[in-house]
Amino acid sequence: MFPSRFDLVVAQTVAEAVEAKVDAGEGGRFLAGGQSLIPMMKMRVAFPETLVDINRIAGLDAIERSNGHLQVGALVRHADVVVSDATFGAVAAAAPWVADPLVRNRGTMCGSVAHCDPEGDWNSVLLATGADVIAQGPSGERSISIANFVDGAFTSTLGEDELVVGLRIPVPSGRSGGSYLKLERKIGDYATVAVASHLELDDSGAIAAAGLALTSVNPINTKVADAEALLVGQQPSEELFAEAAELAAAAAEPRDDVRGTAAWKRQVVRTYTKRGLAAAAQQAKGS
Amino acid sequence: MEVNITINGSEHASDVEPRTLLVDHIRRTVGLTGTHVGCDTTSCGACTVLMDGTPVKACTVLAAQADGSEVTTVEGLKGADGLHPIQSAFTDDHGLQCGFCTPGMMLVGASLIAENTDPSDDEVRWAISGNLCRCTGYINIVKAIQTAAARVAESSNGS
Repeated sequence: MFPSRFDLVVAQTVAEAVEAKVDAGEGGRFLAGGQSLIPMMKMRVAFPETLVDINRIAGLDAIERSNGHLQVGALVRHADVVVSDATFGAVAAAAPWVADPLVRNRGTMCGSVAHCDPEGDWNSVLLATGADVIAQGPSGERSISIANFVDGAFTSTLGEDELVVGLRIPVPSGRSGGSYLKLERKIGDYATVAVASHLELDDSGAIAAAGLALTSVNPINTKVADAEALLVGQQPSEELFAEAAELAAAAAEPRDDVRGTAAWKRQVVRTYTKRGLAAAAQQAKGS
Repeated sequence: MEVNITINGSEHASDVEPRTLLVDHIRRTVGLTGTHVGCDTTSCGACTVLMDGTPVKACTVLAAQADGSEVTTVEGLKGADGLHPIQSAFTDDHGLQCGFCTPGMMLVGASLIAENTDPSDDEVRWAISGNLCRCTGYINIVKAIQTAAARVAESSNGS
């Protein structure tokens, strides 16, 4: 298989990339790792007329902590996230479970976020940790909170000519922990169910902030806001997490498919929420 | 468009269509058919090559994206002094049956032991988890990679 014909523009700067995208109009797409876009082009479900390759742009490959945030540049590969010392909690937990080792060597975290595949892992992690997406377009740079970014399956609120140049994930200042529990049929498959958990504890050991998001059980990655609200202010306990798990199971709208029945997936959501929150609390207590 | 890719140490300058995939470029333009096309959908890893030392699925990289890089295919494993340790270990430990996945398995194995000459079972299985084998059940592949690692460790201790 091979893609339909397209023009390739190899951009050297972000400004050049945005300009090339403006010139290309609606038929233009940005290319980073290409681990989702190239297969889609080969299967002819995507057929851009122009690809703007951003891989040669200098300065987009850093993953580092700065001003209380984990900053991830547009060319940071999943494999870079796996080995980074700057990560924490749910980000560190999810990285090794994205795709497979070879795909992680090429695919980028920002590309995956921008792609908005409802079965993608990263957007759940970003929803749980309250991250911002940094976009640059013809009129400059802006920051979009992840909750306002994910708009639908394969759809974001990114403007037509905007490029995701980075992510800003707030690093908790106090005790915190996170997890990403993913059930997959085999490595490299989409999640059957995955749950991202994030907890911050105050000095008394009570939950000061909570994040919980689900992958592959809704039409989009889904933040379980009522469970988060329930958790805040409470002392971590098995009973509390079981209650949150019921809210997560209620928020899930899984479907019967080759990966399993809806009822079973809902049960996995319940179990993984309990286990994920317990793991996050455990990590936070030890931090 | 003009691309210049160093494949197994030799430079190959060619005029390719932007849509040319790296695997097709290697097999058809350059004529090295040791790199296989299996699933052609980024799942099986039969098309694995090393791009600047890192294993990637060549069915999901444009030849144009490899412009200026150094690519190693299975044909590039053998050195002037004979087979690469990973190749002799796959032979000795019977790390293959039909051989279709073998080029990818050996390249991933070579890349792993370049960084870790004492990989555990889990580390080897994790490293090859993007490569599918439908014959062996993986047991002898894991064993072969560990044998190769041990031989590399031994020879570097001895020198």
